[in-house]
Amino acid sequence: MKVVLRNPRRELDMSGPRRVNALLAELDLNREAVLVIVDGTLVTGDATLPADATVEVRPVISGGAR
Amino acid sequence: MKCKACRQPAVIDIPRHNAAFCADCFVRHCQEQVVRSIAAFDMMSRSDRVLVAVSGGKDSLALWDMLMDLGYQADGLYLGLGIGDYSGSSIGYVRSFAADRGATLVEVDIPAEFGFDIPTGAAAARRAPCSACGLSKRHLFNKAARDGGYDAVATGHNLDDEAAVLFGNVLRWDTAYLGRQLPVLPGTDGFARKVKPLVRLSERETAAYCVIKGIDYQVEECPQSAGNRHLGYKAALNDIEVRSPGSKAAFYFGFLERIAPLVAGVAEEERRDLHPCPECGSPTVADLCAFCALVAKATRGKLSGAADRTSG
Ligand code: SF4
Ligand SMILES: [Zn+2]
Ligand SMILES: [Zn+2]
Repeated sequence: MKVVLRNPRRELDMSGPRRVNALLAELDLNREAVLVIVDGTLVTGDATLPADATVEVRPVISGGAR
Repeated sequence: MKCKACRQPAVIDIPRHNAAFCADCFVRHCQEQVVRSIAAFDMMSRSDRVLVAVSGGKDSLALWDMLMDLGYQADGLYLGLGIGDYSGSSIGYVRSFAADRGATLVEVDIPAEFGFDIPTGAAAARRAPCSACGLSKRHLFNKAARDGGYDAVATGHNLDDEAAVLFGNVLRWDTAYLGRQLPVLPGTDGFARKVKPLVRLSERETAAYCVIKGIDYQVEECPQSAGNRHLGYKAALNDIEVRSPGSKAAFYFGFLERIAPLVAGVAEEERRDLHPCPECGSPTVADLCAFCALVAKATRGKLSGAADRTSG
């Protein structure tokens, strides 16, 4: 599967299928800090991502003392 | 996973609530949290005119969207910070959201109006960029609200923001800041009321809200935030949160309930020393308010005359 990361934008090729939570663990990402989006739709941690999916892992943490 | 409310397939899980939601029920959940905050802290009423500080990011656009959906009279205020490509693209998201929703947007451009941008102004004043930026935002939001006759300024601070700021204030035991770290600061002489209706929602929830509602927002981060202390606090708190969901909310709301009343006096004492800034009339405890001092330093040696526009 193709995994698109942001800030900075980059793409990874990863084997699939695999679960969202397993993908985040593999990438060492905190589930509180990201959303996982497939075809414009959010997916939950227990969802299985098919091998041919394009998956966006979008960070949600904003910086700055606002 | 199934939606807690309607048993349809869920699109987002929220471990802190031990719940998952489908798209429609999630939007309702977000609105309920905002309604609850507004009521619990008596933030505003439907007859108030509210100015929403919008940056083009997820939080402020989600807030503006929800307030309008909930029937509030909410206009947007965008501040141009002059931070290169970041500012250039953020205004695009705000304008297109306002146009889509037929909402009223007020724009103030710091470089055009005051003759400096945040990165160079901060450097000239020997301040961290976020510090110069934060004080400019507080000053100009307040000024715009008072000039425009608004009853309140609403900002998109979410649970993660408030928990991270609290964490920093506690690490330093900064009692003056702790005394002011409230979801609503009442309007006083010279200050418009300030409200933070998103304090019951995490960043992940406000981002999910935008994705679900199709609100296009700026995902790219402000380049000035790299290495920022708050990002470190947020990461530390999220490490705790994944191990024990609900920690951030317990930390922040426990503070509001049990500690904030104990330190309220410190902030009040400070307020007694307030007097109008001789340049702009904003309340301050210093000779010149922090914003006028920043403008003076940032434009020193420039013959633009832009700094004069701060007066009046
Ligand atoms: S990260 Fe800092 S400089 Fe950038 S917008 Fe936020 S407060 Fe301002
Ligand atoms: Zn549902
Ligand atoms: Zn001033």
